[in-house]
Formats: sequence, C-alpha cells, structure tokens
Amino acid sequence: MRPRQARLADVAWTGTSAVPDDSLFDPVTPPYVALDVEIPSDVRQIEPIVNLVTEHCRSLHLTRRQCSLNIPVALSEALSNAIISGNKEDPRKHVRLRATISDRALVFDVVDEGGGFDMASVVHDPTTSQYIEQEDGRGVFLMRQLMDRVEQFRGPHHVVRLTLNR
Amino acid sequence: MSFTLKKHGDVVVVDVEGQLIVGNRQELKQKVLDELERGERKFLIDFAQTGYIDSSGLGVLVSLSKKIREHGGELRLADLNDDLQTLFELTKLDTLFQISDTRERALEGF
Repeated sequence: MRPRQARLADVAWTGTSAVPDDSLFDPVTPPYVALDVEIPSDVRQIEPIVNLVTEHCRSLHLTRRQCSLNIPVALSEALSNAIISGNKEDPRKHVRLRATISDRALVFDVVDEGGGFDMASVVHDPTTSQYIEQEDGRGVFLMRQLMDRVEQFRGPHHVVRLTLNR
Repeated sequence: MSFTLKKHGDVVVVDVEGQLIVGNRQELKQKVLDELERGERKFLIDFAQTGYIDSSGLGVLVSLSKKIREHGGELRLADLNDDLQTLFELTKLDTLFQISDTRERALEGF
C-alpha cells in the first residue's frame, strides 16, 4: 500500500492531521479526502486496506453495523472486482482507493487500470432459486444492498463509486 | 485469519478466525475438501470468531455445501453474529443452510 501524492489529509485514519477531529461533525465541513492510497493488484492486499478504513469508522459516528458490515463487505467487493475483473491481477497494475468524507456521506472511489465489467448488465437476483446455489454472482448485489448508491464511471480509468449516507 | 479443524465425534468442526474473503477462501475450501476426500461427511463451520464474509466467502460455503451433499454428507453453520446473520438473510442463504445459535446446538443430533 502506498500513499499517493494527491493525498490531501489523513485525519480520520491517523489522527495526526492539523485538522481537529471535531471538524468532522461540523455541518459546514466541506468534503475532504481522508484517504488516498494505491494497492497492488493482489487480493491479499484487500484485508489490510479494509481494516484500515473500518478501524476508524467509529470516529465518524457511523453505526456499528455500517462499520462492521456495510463498509467492509461493500468495499471488499469493489476492491476485489477492481483487482480481478479490472486489472486481471496484473502485478504491474494498481488499484486506487480514495475516501471522501462530508457531513452527509462517505464516498469511496475504487479506481482500476482496466475496463472492469458493466455493472448495469448485472440484473440477476442471486437470491432466487435459479441462482442461489451458484458460487459466484453476489458481489454487485451486496454492494447495492449495503451502500446507498453504487455508480460506475468510465474514462481514462475505470471507477466504481460507493456512497454511504451518514 | 486462520482456519482450525477439529473432530467432535464424527463431526469435523471448522473455526474461522478473522475474515472469510477472496484472499483466503481457497484455503478453507481445500481444507474441507481434503477431509471430504478422507471420508469425513459431517461438517460444522463455527463463525464465533469471524469478522466479515464477502461474496467469495459466501460462494465457497455454497460450493462446499453442494459438494458435501453430493457425497451424502451435510454442512451446518453456527455462531453467526448479528451482522453475519443479516448477510445470510440479505442473500437468502439462511434458507440454504441449517444455522444454529451455538456450536453445541449444531452438534446436537448431527
């Protein structure tokens, strides 16, 4: 895991920033980037970065469930898709995770160097009898269930944006 | 994160310590399949020490359950915390597995 130069602050994660923690709860606090890191395209890198994020969730006054279920599972899914489907586990490629915090929401941008797959095309319901005994096919479903919004952007890079309202 | 397998009578009990996710699911799968290959047929996975499970982890449980059933055996689950219970309900996998509150209850009548 390596910080990017674009990293603006890490107040929520390290507590070492000049920005007081109280500012996180100030209703006029503008959105700020709390974490901006790159990880190699290796699924073993998912757990440490997810742990880093979830360890500090409670300082943001999120619910216990948001910290122990919604964020870790949805973020794991997005990172996993970026590493496996996006970067095809190519060790020369990286996945970028950018977390932005405002008084209204947490926004996670997961950026890979590949094309990913079209999430809009994922319309099956893995809870139905047709799919429930299949090993795969629950990742996008879980992101949609556990986040308030899941978006996908294509440009120079492929971005999956997860938004969790506070 | 680690997986510990112990025998309780004729049941193989697997403790999942930490997460069950894309990075370690194959390890769990292989350990259980090895036991199946050795002739074991009753499996209980205990999640008392588990943090979270992602879709890959859930998929491995589904896959193992099918494989064990094909060999005439059964896979049961126990000790899901509230979040894991919610995860199983969201995915309706609570309808696919026999899930017990405790290891002891799961072992009863197995």
